[in-house]
Amino acid sequence: MEKLINLTLKIWRQKNAKSSGKMVEYHVKDVSTEMSFLEMLDVLNEDLSLKGDDPVEFDSDCREGICGTCGVVINGIAHGEQKATTVCQLHMRHFKDGETITIEPWRARAFPVIKDLVVDRKAFDRIMASGGYISIKTGSAAEANSILIPKEDSDLAMDMAACIGCGACVASCPNASASLFVGAKISQLSLLPQGKIEAKQRAENMVAQMDAEMFGACTNIQECEAVCPKEISISGIARMRREYFKAAVK
Amino acid sequence: MQISQIFRSSIGKKLLLAITGLSWAGFAVGHFIGNTTLLLKDPTPFNKYAHFLSGLGGALILVELILAASLLVHLFFAIKVTLENRKARPVKYAVSKSAGRESKKGFATSTMIYTGILLIIFLVLHITHFKFGAVYMTTVDGNQIRDLYKTVYEFYADPINTAYYVIMMILLGTHLSHGVWSAFQSLGLNGNRFTPFIYKVGFLVAVIVSVGFIAIPIYIHFTGGAV
Repeated sequence: MEKLINLTLKIWRQKNAKSSGKMVEYHVKDVSTEMSFLEMLDVLNEDLSLKGDDPVEFDSDCREGICGTCGVVINGIAHGEQKATTVCQLHMRHFKDGETITIEPWRARAFPVIKDLVVDRKAFDRIMASGGYISIKTGSAAEANSILIPKEDSDLAMDMAACIGCGACVASCPNASASLFVGAKISQLSLLPQGKIEAKQRAENMVAQMDAEMFGACTNIQECEAVCPKEISISGIARMRREYFKAAVK
Repeated sequence: MQISQIFRSSIGKKLLLAITGLSWAGFAVGHFIGNTTLLLKDPTPFNKYAHFLSGLGGALILVELILAASLLVHLFFAIKVTLENRKARPVKYAVSKSAGRESKKGFATSTMIYTGILLIIFLVLHITHFKFGAVYMTTVDGNQIRDLYKTVYEFYADPINTAYYVIMMILLGTHLSHGVWSAFQSLGLNGNRFTPFIYKVGFLVAVIVSVGFIAIPIYIHFTGGAV
């Protein structure tokens, strides 16, 4: 049943990367509970634009929970309270009439704020560029049974490949560590034959790049797994460590 | 990869923290088992045990050196990692909460550096209290040996000493409740069956060691403190 609710929003406003920002309070009226969180922000921005104010800048693309573009911290939790949900798939029916909602950008030294709720996640791209791919020619599709892959391995590789690179793991980690992201990327490739060939160099380079980007170290708090919209397990972080140790003793 | 590069990496630093931490967790368990002899009314078993340990000579010194080195490495990298992790988020959140579910975010995980530093200070005091504490002698089987039992009983007659030890052992339990399982995860040891198992083992070790180490001074204080 659709309801209309009124909300108070406290949103981080920051003009650009160089300026210092602050929390600004807004009131939005008659928000449909059928709306997604981002549609609610669209309504706010429409109001702001009509008033001649600067709309709140935020990232979004597919709005289907599959691209990894959106992401804000809602009431202290990356992507909000709902399990396995990106902000675009979070609906306003989970909020109460009269509620105050705090909305902040991802906070990490490696993810500087560009404007309002938009952060620069190029650090992830640089980590991927350092080894998150297969550079060898694998030729045309091989006969399916010539290289057997255990079902468990292919399932696990798929689980790790579900990472959409949204950065919620970094945002939620008390240490702003990127270990879940890097762990997922290293794991998805190290589990499959094509990825095994360059596994050691990949682990060494991606971990070095992760550290160079000034992400924190993982202290096994598991908050990342709890907020991950794709429910990626910290077993990926342990696998990254094993791959790194293998690279270290080669 | 250069060996030095490993220990400059976030993963290598945590590897060292894991190994050194586990060596101390293992020591704590052994220390607790030995100390249960303090609960006996007869001082002889405890005094003989202490005499046996101090009689190990070179082997004892080797273990002490390994533990001391472990502690210094643990302290150094704990401070380094904590400072680096703080720098990784220069602007804090206005509101920060845990999503719950799998997350272990809480008192133990967010206070590791503080409980750790307090425990190291405790450790130095602890060694001065007993190893370098009051020396009494006793005769066992015709030999003059140190009556450490009496030193311990005398020490815990003081309610302030007892209270300090109780508080510190609560902190030890807190530290171990995250530290033990976390060390295995830092070593890359994770599995569907293993991880829930080692988490429970770590928690159990924390509870047994801290409750045990709390029980000893409390028991002595209320039953034999006047010795």
